[in-house]
Amino acid sequence: MSFLRITSPHGHSPLNTAQVMQAVLLATLPGIAVLTWFFGPGTLINIVFGGALALALEAIALRLRDRNPQRYLQDYSVLVTSTLLCIALPPYAPWWLVATGILSSVILGKHVFGGLGYNPFNPAMVGYVVLLISFPLQMSSWQAPRGLGEIPGVTESLTALFVPASYDGVTMATPLDLLRQNKGLLLDDLFSSTPQFSQWAGVGWEWVNIAFLAGGAWLIYRGIFTWHAPLAMLLALGLCAAIGFDSGSSESGGSPLFHWLSGATMFGAFFIITDPVSGATSNRGRLIFGALVGVLLYLIRVAGNYPDALAFAVLILNFAAPFIDQYTQPVTYGHKPSREDDE
Amino acid sequence: MTTPTYATLTHNGLWKNNPALVQLLGLCPLLAVSASVVNSLGLAAATLFVLISSNLCVSVVRNVVSDTIRLPVFVMIIAASVTAIELLMQAYTYELYQILGIFLPLITTNCIILGRADAFAAKNPVLPSIYDGFIMGVGFGAVLVVLGAIRELLGTGGLFANMQLLFGETARHWHVVFSADYPALLLAILPPGAFIVTGFLIAGKNAWDNAATRRAEANRAPIVAGTKRVRVTGKIS
Repeated sequence: MSFLRITSPHGHSPLNTAQVMQAVLLATLPGIAVLTWFFGPGTLINIVFGGALALALEAIALRLRDRNPQRYLQDYSVLVTSTLLCIALPPYAPWWLVATGILSSVILGKHVFGGLGYNPFNPAMVGYVVLLISFPLQMSSWQAPRGLGEIPGVTESLTALFVPASYDGVTMATPLDLLRQNKGLLLDDLFSSTPQFSQWAGVGWEWVNIAFLAGGAWLIYRGIFTWHAPLAMLLALGLCAAIGFDSGSSESGGSPLFHWLSGATMFGAFFIITDPVSGATSNRGRLIFGALVGVLLYLIRVAGNYPDALAFAVLILNFAAPFIDQYTQPVTYGHKPSREDDE
Repeated sequence: MTTPTYATLTHNGLWKNNPALVQLLGLCPLLAVSASVVNSLGLAAATLFVLISSNLCVSVVRNVVSDTIRLPVFVMIIAASVTAIELLMQAYTYELYQILGIFLPLITTNCIILGRADAFAAKNPVLPSIYDGFIMGVGFGAVLVVLGAIRELLGTGGLFANMQLLFGETARHWHVVFSADYPALLLAILPPGAFIVTGFLIAGKNAWDNAATRRAEANRAPIVAGTKRVRVTGKIS
């Protein structure tokens, strides 16, 4: 038996930016697949169109900033931004909607602040909020899921992107909308009387969320990000929902399970708030950051005016991230935490 | 301090020391009111009037007002000018007066006006002071109108809506609509749009200036190695 003598430091090659970004892209695949199964090829078309546009814009922005486009385009970061944004956009959106979102994400969200690593806000969510504020009508019309409406084919989906009003899709209120507009029905009655609801949450939506949860769990296993922020966000959201559940009365805010499996919960928990740049940096900070996102997510969902709350919750907390970092700075090894340090 | 030439004043007011793009003064009305061309023009005209009249009055009294109480005196002068323009607008352009609302009386607190009064009119003769007020007002107004035009164009797909509020009934037809089914970018009309567009205007101006500096450096005569330095110490009697 050979005795390998390995001395410290046991260096290993850490992941570089491109590998991290590729892993994130790979992890979105299950979610995208389920989205495509339930809502048709609209999301895929958005992703391809948005990705091409984002690459072109990134190259132009890099050229304007006197950077080497070839080197920076290879880190896949802009593709992650555009893919995350396009997943959040409603399928069968017109091209100008996608284009405005990508433009806002890449230019206003990223390059205005100095490019990758310098953005104080999550670029994908910047683009999403610009769209949500500017075009509330288009942003809140979601295709009805498979089983409740007809799923368009690929050609129909392509024409929907470029020819205005060519595709008259079947849109339906999402479960979150229905719950907010619920007037006077007990939760059980609402679930049984409306076809959009399913066993746990909404038809389609629950599986979309489970798929993103699976992708996120794989990313944690790969060590791309830590579990702190997602877990804190989900726990805080669940706690808020449990408090507001009101045993399913007509005033109920929905069960924890419903909130976990609705809208952008899992997508946000594993793909948005884990952004290493715009979130908090220490593990303790991530716990606080995630929990506050969860609380805000619930509050805006139940009391707010928009279809889902994730983008607003994340942007508000991005503002707060440096402040959270300030008070959660870990003590360096060998030092004692002292009060004098705070002053 | 010598009085600058009119050419310097013009260059300062319109470009080099532009109140909105360089000094970043008076941002509150600049951002709040610039959602359309007509609002911008109204506020620009009011600010221009106040700047000219306050600079004129301050310059006239500059030698009789002691330094210790100059600021209250200037503010009184400005407030009087603002009250005058407010009454005038109420009389002649009542609807615009209502749209501009609180931002008309707030011109009193606009830093540009007190800034010019204290930094220029209090130290210079009457005519240059009037001209300085005029050109600063034009510089501010130009940015205001450009900002209003960009925001109106992005936010509604048209230009020059409601110009009758300022120019009478004939101006109603000035409204240009470029595309009837344009999906309005609401963000441009909302307050964030003002910040974003102003940011891009400032960036554009800086980029232009940088390019000009680079051109000037490229055109300068090259320094040849071996040439002698000019001795600059000492005085020629």
